Amino acid sequence: MSKTFNRLLRSTTTACKYEAYVCTVVEHLRPYKANPFDEIAVEEAVRLREKLKDEVKSIKVVTIGPTKAAETLRTALAMGADSGIHVEIPDSAPPPEPLGVAKTLRALIEKQKEGVDLVILGKQAIDDDAGQTGQMLAGLLNWPQATFASKVVVDTAKKEVTITREIDGGLQELRCRLPLIITTDLRLNEPRYASLPNIMKAKKKPIEKIKPSDLGIDLTPRIETIKVAEPPQRVGGGKVENVDELIAKLKEAGITPVKS
Amino acid sequence: MLRTRPLVCLRPLFRTYATAANPHALVLLEHRDGAIDSASLSALSAAQKLGGEITGLIVGSSDEGLTALLHSSSPQYATPLPELVSPLLEKILSEGTPFTHVVSAHSSSAKSILPRVAARLDVPAVSDITSVEHDTSSNSTTFTRPIYAGNAIATVRAPSSVHLKFFTVRSTAFKAAPAGSSEVEAKAIDPVQVADPPTEHIKTELTKSDRPELGAASRVVSGGRALKNAETFNSTLEPLADILGAAIGASRAAVDAGYADNSLQVGQTGKVVAPELYMALGISGAIQHLAGMKDSKLIVAINKDPDAPIFQVADVGLVADLYEVVPELVKKLNSQ
Repeated sequence: MSKTFNRLLRSTTTACKYEAYVCTVVEHLRPYKANPFDEIAVEEAVRLREKLKDEVKSIKVVTIGPTKAAETLRTALAMGADSGIHVEIPDSAPPPEPLGVAKTLRALIEKQKEGVDLVILGKQAIDDDAGQTGQMLAGLLNWPQATFASKVVVDTAKKEVTITREIDGGLQELRCRLPLIITTDLRLNEPRYASLPNIMKAKKKPIEKIKPSDLGIDLTPRIETIKVAEPPQRVGGGKVENVDELIAKLKEAGITPVKS
Repeated sequence: MLRTRPLVCLRPLFRTYATAANPHALVLLEHRDGAIDSASLSALSAAQKLGGEITGLIVGSSDEGLTALLHSSSPQYATPLPELVSPLLEKILSEGTPFTHVVSAHSSSAKSILPRVAARLDVPAVSDITSVEHDTSSNSTTFTRPIYAGNAIATVRAPSSVHLKFFTVRSTAFKAAPAGSSEVEAKAIDPVQVADPPTEHIKTELTKSDRPELGAASRVVSGGRALKNAETFNSTLEPLADILGAAIGASRAAVDAGYADNSLQVGQTGKVVAPELYMALGISGAIQHLAGMKDSKLIVAINKDPDAPIFQVADVGLVADLYEVVPELVKKLNSQ
């Protein structure tokens, strides 16, 4: 899950200039590699800054995981995020469930002195395939949510974001007020590769380490996992030589053309 | 104007011990153009497996002609935005609610709404379940669900401490509930108006198609990267889909390359289908794609590459150039 907090602050000097803070949370996957939807989220945050320049004050990335999860944060920092927060859990701890992650993020967001305007997460992690964290975070914060985003246009003057979402059967366009939770779909962007100089630079960027208990969060899953098993394996039924044999096989299975 | 087929409902379960309460599920029924989505009917079948009472909930902007269920109508529900529907669900599910389970299809709309409501009620949710079993004595519900792109099946249990059990249902794992004939009580619920909503619906553009809906089609013809471009994709697949009465699907590669609409993507992060017949044309068969179709009854693959992973799951594989064999297939099916 990748979450980007992006904050637009009314500056104290002029009434119409904004400063923005973006923060992105990255979910690691075993073996440690960022979840692809999270890379898209980080990319979107970085592009947002490229477009809005100084209006994006900062991009923060967050991950919740064991020691090794810090590598995922470094990847995000090398892509262009400014700083990281690593909520560290023991290697032996079960993976936290989306509600626990959402509560942790809410606690972190509430701690940010400058506040947060935009959180970008992946639409799902490709290990648990739950697809819940962003929606849960939006519910906990009572913020608007735009899930499965394939296009994001931020209007800092109006503090509004226009989102195109991928929905069953087509596309939907929404206009949401900031602060906002966005979850990314595949078609939002093409994440960049971090260049070697940027990887070197990322080593110097700060990562704040924190424990769930520091935030008053208990990450024990409430849904019990009883077992994980292999699915029934399909066995390919061999090949046919030509179209006639293919049609014969279809017939055998009772599949005939539709008479129109 | 919503035409509901009468829905099977309220079949109380008589048990010899009357200690624990029977489950009572609230099923979110999604609808389009006045008909209930077949995926919601599958969610209803899943809810029946809990063995208790079932109440449907229909939220919309027009509800004349309803014959059943809880219904709530408000202009704010014209497009069921999570921010606007969530307060209604929270009200229905608040303190003293009779409901024990909240069920929906694993559809893009319900996927957006349910977790939000669950979090507001401080309960976890279980996504995309393929089986469900409720134990009344311990008030726990056990589910199976695919994880890691369907490469593992997790069995998980929501214990009694999770007082409201939210789950979304993989529609291909449950038959759509048949139209029943039992009379059920319909009850209107006042909508919960959200003052100054933070989200505004601008427009929804659905891909127009006369073909069967991909998620519910009994036959699917799917194309991959080998289809070169949008024009070739359509001109190759459409005649075959026409003759078979099939829906058209696509691999992620074909969608990313712009050959096919996003809503046609089959796979881990697209649609999950399980038709009678799935034809994979020019699709190599990446794990993420297999996750969306490997429960199909008959898988047919046509691919030039004899080593393509798709052949490991295909019941019928033809190693050939699809540009030669697909037209031949269409011609021969036509002349039958």
